[in-house]
Parts: sequence; C-alpha cells; structure tokens
Amino acid sequence: MTQSADITVSNVTLRYGSGPKTVLALDGLSLEVKPNEFAVIVGPSGCGKSSLLYLIAGLEDRTGGSITVGGAPVDGPGPDRGMVFQSYTLFPWLTVAQNVAYGPRRRGLAEDERNRLVTHYLGEVGLAGFADHYPAQLSGGMKQRVAIARALANDPAVLLMDEPFGALDSQTRHSMQRLLLRVWDHSQKTVLFVTHDIEEAILLADRVFVMSGRPGQIRKVLTVDFPRPRLGDIVLDPAFIAMKREIMGLLRTDEDDDH
Amino acid sequence: MAFVPYRPIPLALAISLGAAVWALVIGGWMLLTYGGRVPEMFLPAPGKVLMTAGRLIADGSLLMHTAASAQVVLVGFVISSVVAVPLGLYMGTYKAVQAALDPLVNFIRYLPVTSFVPLFILWIGIGIEQRVSVIIFGTFFQQLVMIADAARSVPRDLVNAAYTLGTKRSTTVRHIVFPASLPAVLDILRVTVGWAWTYLVVAELVAAKSGLGYISLKAMRGFQVDIIFLAIAMIGILGLITDQGFRLLRRLVAPWAA
Repeated sequence: MTQSADITVSNVTLRYGSGPKTVLALDGLSLEVKPNEFAVIVGPSGCGKSSLLYLIAGLEDRTGGSITVGGAPVDGPGPDRGMVFQSYTLFPWLTVAQNVAYGPRRRGLAEDERNRLVTHYLGEVGLAGFADHYPAQLSGGMKQRVAIARALANDPAVLLMDEPFGALDSQTRHSMQRLLLRVWDHSQKTVLFVTHDIEEAILLADRVFVMSGRPGQIRKVLTVDFPRPRLGDIVLDPAFIAMKREIMGLLRTDEDDDH
Repeated sequence: MAFVPYRPIPLALAISLGAAVWALVIGGWMLLTYGGRVPEMFLPAPGKVLMTAGRLIADGSLLMHTAASAQVVLVGFVISSVVAVPLGLYMGTYKAVQAALDPLVNFIRYLPVTSFVPLFILWIGIGIEQRVSVIIFGTFFQQLVMIADAARSVPRDLVNAAYTLGTKRSTTVRHIVFPASLPAVLDILRVTVGWAWTYLVVAELVAAKSGLGYISLKAMRGFQVDIIFLAIAMIGILGLITDQGFRLLRRLVAPWAA
C-alpha cells in the first residue's frame, strides 16, 4: 500500500479568460491537509471549491502558486491522486469488476492480483454480487460506490472527492456517508472532500475548511473533534448544532458581501 | 392505450401495425394493376414482378447483378469507414486535427457527388474503380463529420476519471474515446451504408456493365418496368439485411448500450 500523503496548496491563483472578461476564481488560496486526514471544503456555489480539487488532481492548470502532494509538485494528472466525481464517470463499456480493475490494469498488474483487488474493494463497498453488471444496470448510489472502489483499488496517495453524493437522495446520501467513513477507516487514505452540505461536512471531517465566495479563499478552518464513529443522532447534539450554526454564519456573511 | 406518448406497446400489436401498412401498400398496388386502372407498361402487377423474379433467379442473372452491386458497395464502404472512423475520432478529440480538416471537409461535404461522376469517368474510366470512388466520395466526408461529433460528445469527466486512474494522454483515444463512442459509431455506419447504396445506383446508371442500376437503365429502354421494380426491391431487401446486420453487430460488440 502506498503511504498516504499530505497535500500542500500555497498561494494558488486561478484566473479564467483574459482581457476585460477575466474571472478571478481563486485568489492566493493556501491550505494544508495532513496525511490520513479527512478534510472537507465547504463553500457557497461558484466559490471555486471544485476548481481547487481539479487543480490538485492536475486536471486544470493553475495561474499561479504551488501545489505538492506527498512533497511532489503537481504537474498534470496522475494515478497518485484518485478522484471521485460529482457526475457518474464509470466506464459504461466495462463491467463493474473491469471498472475497478481499470487502474491496476494500466499499472500493469497481473490478472490474479487485479482479481484480488476487485474482490477486496467490491466487498468493501458491499457490491460483491454485482461484479458482472454494467454501470447502466446500477442505481446512482451503487455507481458512486463502484467509483469509490475503483479509485481506492488503484492505491492512490490521496483521494479527492468532488460532491460525490450531491446527486443522491438524502436516504442514500446518509448510508453513503457511513460507508465512506468505514472504507476510509480501513484504508487510512488522505481524503479531501468538497461539499456544499454543512451537515455532511461536520459528519465526515477531521477539519472543515470554509471558503469565501468568489474569488475563493479559505475563510476559516474548524477542527471537528466529535468521537468516531459519529452516529445518526449526533446531528442533534448541541455542540454539533453550534458548529453548524457557526459555518452557516460564515457562509452567510459572504452572501451579504455579494449584495 | 396505444396512443399514450412514448409508452411501449405489445410486440404483437407492433408487428400487426407494421404488417397492416405493408398490406395497404400491396393492396393499393393490386387495386391499381389488376383493377386495370394503370396500363401495365407503366406499373406491372405484383404477379408479373414475381414471375420475372423467378425467371431472372433461374437464369442466374439477378444474383450476378446483385452480387456485382453488393461488391461495389462493400468495397467502397469498407475503404471509407476504415479511414473515416480513426480519423474522425482524432478529429473530435484533438482541436488541432479539427482545425486542420474542418474547413476542407465542410466544403467538400456540400458538393453534390453526382457532379463528380463525369470527372471520375474521365480520370478513372468506367470500371469498378469509378463506382467505388463515387461511393467513397459520397460517404467518407459525411462519416468523418458525424464520427468527429460522436468523439467530441464523450463526457469530459469520463476522460478526467481515466487520467486520475493512470491513463496517458497519448492513449486516450484508444482507451477512452474509441470505446465510449463505439455505439454511436456503429449507428453512424448503419445510416451511411444506406447512403452508399444510393450513390451506387447513381454510379451504375451512368457507367456500368453490370449491377442493379445497370439492369434498371437497360430495362427502361425496353419498357420492362417489372425489372426496374425488381431491382429496386432487391436494393430494399439488401438495405434491410445490412441494417439488421448492424443492429446485431451493435448488440454483440456494445452490449452495455442497449
């Protein structure tokens, strides 16, 4: 297993377009995620939180600043940074098992090793019986579970998650959150998770990074020290509600700035 | 029940509806001919066409001309597709390839193929190469544009996901764009093979010594309308067979996209 790595973002700027129509999406943003940490970014829509994730993944080019993962500077995408997307990105022409085996196959792992990984990670996400299904035959929640298994089977140093449960109904979202925490507990990967759902952020995170509206900057970092596993009724805990209120306040200040 | 928008209907009803329309067409045909409303010189009766079919099958000429036509379509279509599929995928994936080819392709695409037939006869003669060239010219540029479109519409996050799983940029077309566009590509081939048959007849009407277009032209000179009907029916039947063939192929190689 690859050692889980830290993520260091320093003074990153992202600018779209040129001339008078230029848009400053991120303005000198810095953050650090520790190895094995579960970090969550919350922010108003359009604040550039997804863009930040794409920059760390190397899928977009930053305008300025530096990003390192495990000490190595980010220059383009690579298998050391696994990612789960908001849209469904399973390869429709591959079965569930072949999707999970895709990364290991690109790395040139032998077939029995690939099969071992498929069995293990499909078991982790509770889809052992669906190995031979095609993605079109799965529900939205199942697709995202396979996407998590696919990312982890490739043994990345960090796992980037861009609102992966955003399109799911609340019932499914809650069970996905529990499943993700269990899988994270077993794998001990560094996770950087983007969401606009405050409750989801507190439920999952070791630390929550609250972003400001465009141009995006980190407004505040909150340490969440509720004991794990965090069970369902923790959302009713006064301390939980107080933290939720604080983050809502931070996001609201921002809306006021806009008007 | 049968007229709720988009609602599926029972298979038996679907088959009966299709058969009913055929029966209507053939019934109308019989009414016009056996009823003596149209002279036989212009519209032969169904029985006459069937008898002619029997005669031409027996002497082997129908098979010979059908095979000649099918050969031209097959050769032209395969050559066109073998180049258009990979080139179209690269055109849809790489903006540089698109920028280089788009202006020329979109110019040629709107030129009527028929206007090139005299030029091809002058350059290539009236052999099979001429007819094959007409078919390639007629299908290639259309295929290219449609396949490039299919490649362009591959979701960007599908490619991004592949990158984060270790896919190299240089193999993106092979590992992602090609399989992701395969169902669309097969549909495009299914549609364009029909166009290939149209261009074949154009080519054969002008310059050929065999083929279904050629026997139609010869039959016109002898007022043998039954043979023209037969040739048209053969093209229809071959079109139906190729169409079903491509549907089957799509189910076999792309079972995930039902």
